[in-house]
Formats: sequence, structure tokens, C-alpha cells
Amino acid sequence: MAVKTQPVTVNLGPQHPSTHGVFRMRVMFDGEEIVDVEPVFGYLHRGSEKLAEERTYTQIVTLTDRMDYVSSMLNNQAYILAVEKLAGIEPSPRGVWLRMIAGELQRIASHLVATGFLLQDLGALGTPLIYSMRERENILDLFEMLCGARITNSYLRPGGVFMDAPGEFWPALDRGLDDIVRSIDDLETYLSGNEIVFSRTKGTAVLPQELLINASITGPMLRASGVDWDLRHRAPYDYYDRISFERKLHTASDNYARYWVRVQEARESVNIIRQCIDQIEPGPVRPSFDDVPRLIRPPSGDAYAAIEGSKGELGFYLVSDGGIAPYRMHVRSSSLINLTLLRDMLIGGQFGDLFVTFGSVDLNMGEVDR
Amino acid sequence: MTTPWSGSTLAKAIEAFAPGSVESSAGADVWVKPDSISTVCEGLKSRPEFKFDLLSSLTAVDYIDHFEVVYHLTSLPMNASAVLKAKVGRGRTEASVPSVVPIWRGADYQEREVWDLMGIRFEGHPNHKRIMLWEGYPGHPLRKDYVTYDQSITLSIPDDATEKLGGDE
Repeated sequence: MAVKTQPVTVNLGPQHPSTHGVFRMRVMFDGEEIVDVEPVFGYLHRGSEKLAEERTYTQIVTLTDRMDYVSSMLNNQAYILAVEKLAGIEPSPRGVWLRMIAGELQRIASHLVATGFLLQDLGALGTPLIYSMRERENILDLFEMLCGARITNSYLRPGGVFMDAPGEFWPALDRGLDDIVRSIDDLETYLSGNEIVFSRTKGTAVLPQELLINASITGPMLRASGVDWDLRHRAPYDYYDRISFERKLHTASDNYARYWVRVQEARESVNIIRQCIDQIEPGPVRPSFDDVPRLIRPPSGDAYAAIEGSKGELGFYLVSDGGIAPYRMHVRSSSLINLTLLRDMLIGGQFGDLFVTFGSVDLNMGEVDR
Repeated sequence: MTTPWSGSTLAKAIEAFAPGSVESSAGADVWVKPDSISTVCEGLKSRPEFKFDLLSSLTAVDYIDHFEVVYHLTSLPMNASAVLKAKVGRGRTEASVPSVVPIWRGADYQEREVWDLMGIRFEGHPNHKRIMLWEGYPGHPLRKDYVTYDQSITLSIPDDATEKLGGDE
């Protein structure tokens, strides 16, 4: 005999360990099945775009650190590229190579965090998260050598970076890259072919390719559906046109595919960093203060620059009125836009898959709310 | 490498399928009449010469005498990009523009964000609500005339404050 159920609405978050920060959703369940989802944003809204209107172009770098706080270097990079485009600044080659190395290290760190927490959400308490956090810790130590900070780096400046890497950075980076590869091997040995991971992630929250493109979803989520779209390859910025790397694609477009693409991209980032190390040459890390002063006044106009961030297309739209602060700054936040299909992914699914699906989107509340 | 459409070429191409919809063009930008934004976007998405299947970014700027809604479009099959702009709310009167959510679902949260922070209405949006701030929040903070703090609160420093600080000279 079938047992009758009555739909019940449950409030999840904003204070909940599996909501990756302060995300909140109202979920209506019918038994174990999800019938409706309403995401509620804004618990981490700090008005960064408004704050930027009262700061100089160099000061805003610190605001971008605090958007997606697990990929600060990439935020810096996207913002600096927009400033350089707006003000017509020619960056110093060594600074560009250094910021590419920093950006790729940050991508590995971000993908490891996404993977570790996804497995944590699956119920694998502790081990996978500690494996990935251990490697991230090494990357943060490398950042500390580069700029003295671990999370909120503010390493980049218009035209390059603010200081050169110390001598001990290079051997440490070399060792670190070997460790990262070994650690990803370890992680994959017991996860990528794991029967429990398969049964929990394969075939859940499948999204068709056309729908993903229509909903402006980019990054690993789009590549997990087989679309070969990576801005480092399709619209190369910095010196990515001098780097050859493989784009890792999966066609299943389910939670497993999204996990798999991230792990493979972290491997590929190691290759990119090795190529950067081979090509970097001595020289200044940023133009002199005569060429690019601390207080820049870009000519009136607007500029949009986007990079392949760890979560997808991360863009900055800047409008200048010729003053020392931007007239308007807008952040094209991949974390927020990647949530557009959250309802499509969750409705009709089971309660047990809710946080797995949510974790596979890989969002960061600092960037969702800004 | 992504090829950006130049404003004048794109303006001509838009005029070819939607006559009278373009206001002006300069650099890489095309200004479209707000009323025809749906027709233009539908054409840019579905016509074989454009194939703009991805709406990269949607935002708005307050230029004091008017607002400007800015659309950054990307075509994955052609690897091309374009910038559309629409001037709305001239004279700061009721600012509104047709929603592009029926064309690109990716506009959903972005239009809600523009409404919330800039106060531009998107006609036909399926869920026209605030997103970052709560319903009933006074004003739209990214507008240039928004007062960022409560001016009824005055900051007062007690007369003996300096005396206390520099006490032991």
C-alpha cells in the first residue's frame, strides 16, 4: 500500500555547513522528492560595486580579493586586465608570466577546494577534504612567498605585479608542482573509479548542452557537457597564446562529469605553470612609475575584459569619466550566473542529492553576493 | 581569438533585419531603441550570420540624465562578440526595457540584479523581484543620487575627547 505524503517546506541555510557559506534556499519536499526550490541571495552583499566608485584603481584590487575568496589571484587578474584595456597600459612581460603562474596555482587551489567539499557533501567526511586542503596549503605557502598574503593577496597591479618572486620561490614551486600531481593521483586512485562515488554522482542533475549555453553557464560546468569553450583557448589573454594545453571535456553533463573535469583541469594547470617557468625571463615586474603612476586616470570610456576564472567567465566592466576612480564597475560573476539552472537541476531529484548537486556547481558566496 | 563586431558593421546588419531599431553606433557599441530590444536580440540569437547564443553580461550604468543598459553578447559557433546598449529613463523618469529572459535564460538573475541595485524595470521578467536586498529596501543603491548613509545621524565628538587622548604630555 502506498503511503500518502504531504508536501513540506524546509528552510536550508544561511547558517548550514553544506551551503558553502551563507546560501539560503527554501525547498519544498514531497517525501524524499524535491518539488520546488527558491534560492535566496544577498546574505554576503557588501556593495563592492558601489564601494569601487569611491576608490582609486589600485585600491580596488583589494576589493576584488574579497569577492571570490578562494580564487583571489584570478579576480585580481580579471580586474587588472579590464584596467589595462581601459587605460591602454602595456604590461611588463615578467609581471605577466608571474600573474599567469599565480593564476594557475589559484585555479588548482580552487578546483581542489571544490572537489574536497563535493566529497564532503557526499558523506566522505574528512579524508578527501584533508587531502585536497593539504595541497591547497602548499599553494597558499607559495603565495605567501610571492606577496606576503595567503588568501587576500592583492598581488597584481596595473601593468604587472607589485614585487618579483624571491629566489627560494622557484625551487619551492618545482617541488610543489610534483606534490600536486602526486596528490591528484592519490585523490583519483580512490575517487575517480570509486563505486560509491559512481552510484551517487553519475546520472544525477543532467543538463542538456543547449540549456547550459542559453543560461549563460560557463567554465567547468559547460565543459562537462562537451562544449569546447575555454577563454584561455578561444580568446587568449595575457600570454596564453604562447601556451599549449589540452581542454578536458566530458559529455555526460552530470555531477560526476563536473567533478572529473575539475580534477583534470587541475592537472592541466600544472602543465601550464611548467611552460610559464620555461618561458619567463628576467626583467622588471611592472612598468616604472613614470609610465604607469600609482594614481591612474584612464580616458573617458568603457571596457569589458573577461578571463577563464576557476568557476567560469569572470568579467569586469569598467566605465571611466576621466577621474581617479571608476565611474562604474560591474562584475560578471560566474558563481551567480551558474546558479541560474539550480531549479532545473534540483526539482524532481531526491533530498540526498541536493547538496551533491549544489556542490557540483562550485559557487562562492563572496562572488554571488559581492 | 574572439572577433569583436565593429559598431558600424553590426548596426548595418541589424538594420537589415529590423529596420529603424538602431539609434547610433560608435567604436564597438551599437545603441538600440529600448522598444526594439526583444526583436533585435531574437534576431541576433537565431539568425545564421550572428548566432549569439550566449549572453555574457548584462548590466546598467547611471549617466545622470539617462540610464544605459549594456549587453555583452558572445557567439560560441562563430567565436565573435558584440556590445549592445540601450538608453532608458531619459530625464530620470520611469526607466524600463523589455526583458530578454525569453531569449536567454542567463539574463534572469542579471536583470533582477539591475532592477535591485539600479532600479530599471524589465517588462515581462518572469520573477521580477529584488535579489541582493530585501523587498521594501529604500531606493536603488547604485544610482548616483542614492544617499549612502542616514544623514539624520550627525557625528558629534565630545569637547573633552582631545584632552583625554593627550593627557600626559
